[in-house]
Amino acid sequence: MIQNTVRSETWLWLAQRTSAVVLAVCIAVHLTTMIIAMQGGVSTAEIAGRISGNPMWLVFYGIFLMAVAIHAPIGMRTVLLESTSLSAKRVGLLTMLLGLFVFVLGVRTILGLYQMVPAS
Amino acid sequence: MKQTHRNHPTYWAFLLHRISGVLLAIFIPVHLYVLSLAVTDGALLDEFLRWSSTPIVKLMETGMVVMLAAHLTGGLRLLGLEFLGWVSWQKTMVALSVGISLAIGLVFLLNAD
Amino acid sequence: MTEEMLQVSVWKGDAKGAFVTYEVRRQENQTVLDLVTHIQRHIDPGLSYRFACRVGVCGSCAMTVNGKARWTCRSHVSNVVEDGRIEIRPLESLPIVKDLVVDMTDFFDKWAKAKGSFEPTCSRNDEIAAVSPSDKKRRLADAGIECIGCGVCYAACDVVRWKPDYLGPAAMNRAWTLVNDVRDGGNDERLRAVAGDDGCLSCHSQQGCVERCPQKLNPTMAIAGLKRETIKAALKGKL
Repeated sequence: MIQNTVRSETWLWLAQRTSAVVLAVCIAVHLTTMIIAMQGGVSTAEIAGRISGNPMWLVFYGIFLMAVAIHAPIGMRTVLLESTSLSAKRVGLLTMLLGLFVFVLGVRTILGLYQMVPAS
Repeated sequence: MKQTHRNHPTYWAFLLHRISGVLLAIFIPVHLYVLSLAVTDGALLDEFLRWSSTPIVKLMETGMVVMLAAHLTGGLRLLGLEFLGWVSWQKTMVALSVGISLAIGLVFLLNAD
Repeated sequence: MTEEMLQVSVWKGDAKGAFVTYEVRRQENQTVLDLVTHIQRHIDPGLSYRFACRVGVCGSCAMTVNGKARWTCRSHVSNVVEDGRIEIRPLESLPIVKDLVVDMTDFFDKWAKAKGSFEPTCSRNDEIAAVSPSDKKRRLADAGIECIGCGVCYAACDVVRWKPDYLGPAAMNRAWTLVNDVRDGGNDERLRAVAGDDGCLSCHSQQGCVERCPQKLNPTMAIAGLKRETIKAALKGKL
């Protein structure tokens, strides 16, 4: 994202669209899960109970998180390039930091939830 | 006096897509942080969840869900245009996208505790 | 019977100029170009503006009328007037030379940058290429070749406004017609020229170009086609 060649810009665009398709599926699953979960009441115990020890959710949220960490920064890059006078290099750096931040925060949360012992 | 060139549905769709995207980009780090409390401070999260079941917060959450659905459906319209060449019926697709987003928001709101 | 007088605000000067309001008697069959012509002939001989055919085939008279880019010779006053007022400005996103005249250099330079020119693969000694008009690629090309380079789509595009190096709808529409021309041999370079942030990938499909094009062309569709072709080229390692 710091490089400014036609080739790197084209790959960024493709990554954006690909992650978009992945997110479309993940969001559909996520929204459905949330709407169902809400019916029984959401709490820390409920969240932990759903995710802890469940490799399916680990994989799902892992993929979900990676797609978000790719999609959001590239999107914000375009927005910043078009509405501010920041240089492309600076914008690339800022949005990469956003992606890293989201990824690290998300990984800690997902792994933490997966490894939690659910309250009996 | 000023009719501008921006006064048409596909422009509004672009605006909605951009605004919803920026809002989501701001919301997601907050969302992930709150979620991380489940691991580090479960009691605080439970308190937060209790607070967030008040009507005004539920309404804001619904707004966020509508933003998410709008960004998703608008994005699908764009993918159809760019990769499948769906050039016609653009205005209809914009209308559908808005309608579906509001419907999803409603389903969320009705199921909120 | 009182005559209706139109309040016509016209941009005078360069980028640091200002609007001057003239009063022109409204007539039943009157275009915006008629208004400008009247002002220059009878009120303000110093007013500069472009026109040529006056009948909607050359695109020279394109200006911004009440906020929308259009051909003034094909803009009937009754279709654009608001409360007896009409505001006429030069086309957006192009440097103002004087009054209603803009410098079209950038517009045509980008045409060249997008490789909007035909690259022949045959000589006069070869057979004439047999291209059926109903051929799929030919129909895609035909959908865009009526562009006369008037600049209206360019003026209507917000990405052009936000990104000074963005090639713009007309240049890329032309590139697309050549991508679909089976006789042309320049596609590797052309796709390289239209890829990236200054090219097709920055189009957000706002479709202002589609809304404003007087020839009813669809540059958004052309640019979407270019997106597919450039991605294919990237995946093949050709970029």
